[in-house]
Amino acid sequence: MAEEVTLSGHIQHHLTNAKMCSTESGLAFNKACSDSGFWTWHIDTLAWSIGLGILFLAIFRSAAKKATIGVPGKFQCFIEMIVDFVGDNVAKTFQGKSTLIAPLALTIFVWVFLMNLMDLIPVDFLPALAGFVGESAFGMDSHDVYMKIVPTTDINLTAALAVGVFLLMVAYSVKIKGVSGFIKELTLHPFSTDNKLAMVFLIPCNLLLETIALIAKPFSLALRLFGNLYAGELIFILIGAIGLMQLPLHFVWAVFHILVIVLQAFVFMMLTIVYLSMASSDNH
Amino acid sequence: MNLNATLIGELIAFIVFVWFCMKFVWPPLNDAIEARQKKIVDGLAASDRAEKDLELAQEKATAQLKEAKSQAAEIIEAAKKRETQIVEEAAVKAEAEKAKILAAGHTEIEAERNRAKEELRQQVALLAIAGAEKILERSIDAAAHSDILDKFVAEL
Repeated sequence: MAEEVTLSGHIQHHLTNAKMCSTESGLAFNKACSDSGFWTWHIDTLAWSIGLGILFLAIFRSAAKKATIGVPGKFQCFIEMIVDFVGDNVAKTFQGKSTLIAPLALTIFVWVFLMNLMDLIPVDFLPALAGFVGESAFGMDSHDVYMKIVPTTDINLTAALAVGVFLLMVAYSVKIKGVSGFIKELTLHPFSTDNKLAMVFLIPCNLLLETIALIAKPFSLALRLFGNLYAGELIFILIGAIGLMQLPLHFVWAVFHILVIVLQAFVFMMLTIVYLSMASSDNH
Repeated sequence: MNLNATLIGELIAFIVFVWFCMKFVWPPLNDAIEARQKKIVDGLAASDRAEKDLELAQEKATAQLKEAKSQAAEIIEAAKKRETQIVEEAAVKAEAEKAKILAAGHTEIEAERNRAKEELRQQVALLAIAGAEKILERSIDAAAHSDILDKFVAEL
């Protein structure tokens, strides 16, 4: 280590994504991308999240291929337990029939769970390994190698999930109620009157309120997951910085965090189902 | 907050994952679960039916067993009756046979006695003749005195 590492520097290092962007001189990474604006890619978030997504699909696909009506094996039982759990929640919460909601809920639950689970890997292991590989294999300064292994602590990922859910909400609203029905929903509630003149004043108010209510849903989805995991990760980093005393503290926080990991995945899934159920039901 | 192109990449990944899950993961697993649930329901119904069938069969078997027992008792009763009847008949027959044999014996004995009597009578006649000859010191012409002899024999 060439230079003294300050605590804030250490934390900052942990909370920075590995970036990639294209500049005039080809692909550039990390600090070179600090002012590249929107077209920056967080390659660690992308790699870990897509890798975990593929892991999820591979596990479940292998169970699906082997699925039999006869006596299931233990692996199949485990997978079917998850599928049944998600299916039950969807059936209880979502009114109406849809072939999309259940697989969507399953994907969100397991994928988010796996990504959150990365939080339990001690915070220094993989970044240190990445730093070592970067230093020895690519001749980089190990302080210049960033590796943020929990994709859900990246607002870009949680926002992407929320945007996906939001698009589905709009799509379902339009599909069930039609474009005019959707617009009516946004403008004629919650204030409505038979007086035409009063309605002219009320419609902008309604539009404002309903739009805020609509936009708040994906915002709350994205920020809840991001905030919970980011805070958890930050506390892991702080605990990791205090020396030997970290062991009992880390254990306690990790045990508590198991709850957060499952709960946040479950909450994201349930709220997705609820929002889509609300979007596809006619009664307001 | 630094939203950037990562969001687009993750959105695409999200859509692809959901699509894959909807196409290749959820349907086979859900179908298998539902098919197995149906199979279990059917199996339980079948086992209920089989239990009921078994109960019925047991009832039927008990009834048949009872009937068979009573029939067996009847048959034994009849056989006993028949046995005594046969014994009685045999006794009667034996009695009759005995009487017949006895009667035959009696007649035979009678005939034998008669014959012996006849023989004895003749021998007595001969003896009488011999005695008379001794007494008369001369022979009696059997042919000439046969009437006397016959009379004598008849008197014996």
